[in-house]
Amino acid sequence: MTTLKPGDLARIDLTLNGEAVSGHAEPRMLLADFLREKCGATGVHVGCEHGVCGCCTIVMNGVAVRSCLALAVQAEGAVIETVESLAPDGTLNAMQEAFRKHHALQCGFCTPGILMSLIDLLRRNPKPEREEIVHVVGGHLCRCTGYSNIIDAAMDAINGTAK
Amino acid sequence: MKPRAFTYIRPATITEAVDALSHYGERARVLAGGQSLMAMMNFRLVEVDALIDISRLAELSRIRVTDGALEVGAAVTQNQLLLSPELKSHVPLLAEMLPWVGHFQTRNRGTVCGSIAHADPSSEIPLALALLGGCVVLQSKRGTRTLSADQFQTGILSTARAPDEMIVAARFPANGKSGHAFRETSRRHGDFAIVGIAALKTGANTLRLGFGGVSSRPFISTLEGGNAKAVTDEIEKLVWQFDGYEDMHATSRMRRDLVRRMAPALIEEAFA
Repeated sequence: MTTLKPGDLARIDLTLNGEAVSGHAEPRMLLADFLREKCGATGVHVGCEHGVCGCCTIVMNGVAVRSCLALAVQAEGAVIETVESLAPDGTLNAMQEAFRKHHALQCGFCTPGILMSLIDLLRRNPKPEREEIVHVVGGHLCRCTGYSNIIDAAMDAINGTAK
Repeated sequence: MKPRAFTYIRPATITEAVDALSHYGERARVLAGGQSLMAMMNFRLVEVDALIDISRLAELSRIRVTDGALEVGAAVTQNQLLLSPELKSHVPLLAEMLPWVGHFQTRNRGTVCGSIAHADPSSEIPLALALLGGCVVLQSKRGTRTLSADQFQTGILSTARAPDEMIVAARFPANGKSGHAFRETSRRHGDFAIVGIAALKTGANTLRLGFGGVSSRPFISTLEGGNAKAVTDEIEKLVWQFDGYEDMHATSRMRRDLVRRMAPALIEEAFA
């Protein structure tokens, strides 16, 4: 049994975007804050902090989850992917390129979360129907685009017609 | 916002978990997927001295078919259940309802039993459990007891769980090939349901109907109309038996109206 008292700092080891990283967190620290503040993954955007907006969505142990609804201490040993993993050498991947082409973002605050959700969807189903994309994007709030451009971009990237 | 400081406990066994629960009682909460609990803790709607994290307990991560029911352990996520081959063959009604629970991203972490423990009057899983006549298995240091869905959920976010008990599993009776249907109205897909209706054909002339979002807990009624037309006529009497539940999203009148509009097609589908 692991017991951590309030204020106790636990060392957390996890794999972030293919690299082993470590940091310390007290029990109340949210995973989203840990990734941003202790691991430098500032692509994890913190919006509503109650699981509604989807900005903090990451891929954890292979599935898209809200990092504001998990504790840092729960991520011990986890394999985590954030938006930083999509363009490691600065070259946009096909989905990101499609987002640019279709003007699927304006302020960009929601974009990292949406991209990570789409990653999960595409790994499960490389050729999803438009409706499935609508459902996945439905788990995110975007106040700029009206969603149509996001869905168009995703369809374009999936059909390999983005470039 | 961020949660208040608390003691984090990650038990290695169910025994350790119930020991910790018995020690902290009302001052502790059990954390499984956290898709409701963490949100409430972030907003300080829930404040705890201790959080007992059962999400990694292998003993609670099982889905199995036992005694004509599908038993789902307390650490099983909604998406894990959705992907399990047993679900579609044994409880197809639940298979139809699960995609309506939250969003794809929250189903990846949210658990089936967590949703039952949370006891939101509009949520789908407690509605399915109540309609199917399922039950909840509770464990504490004192022993194990099984409560029917009806006994378990007592009101809005209220259950019969004692402070030292935790849900270890939920049992959904297998309904195989029985006619069934589900409809839901919400502001957008994935939001809390305003009204959810599920139907299960239990005999040639009988339909069991379950309504979410109309009362402080799932409202279940058996109609013996014999055919879709007769049952639909009964709906008008039924909507006046709801206890007038309403919130900022919809008045009780709107909820009754939604039921009137949604029920006929649903009933037809379940009888077909």
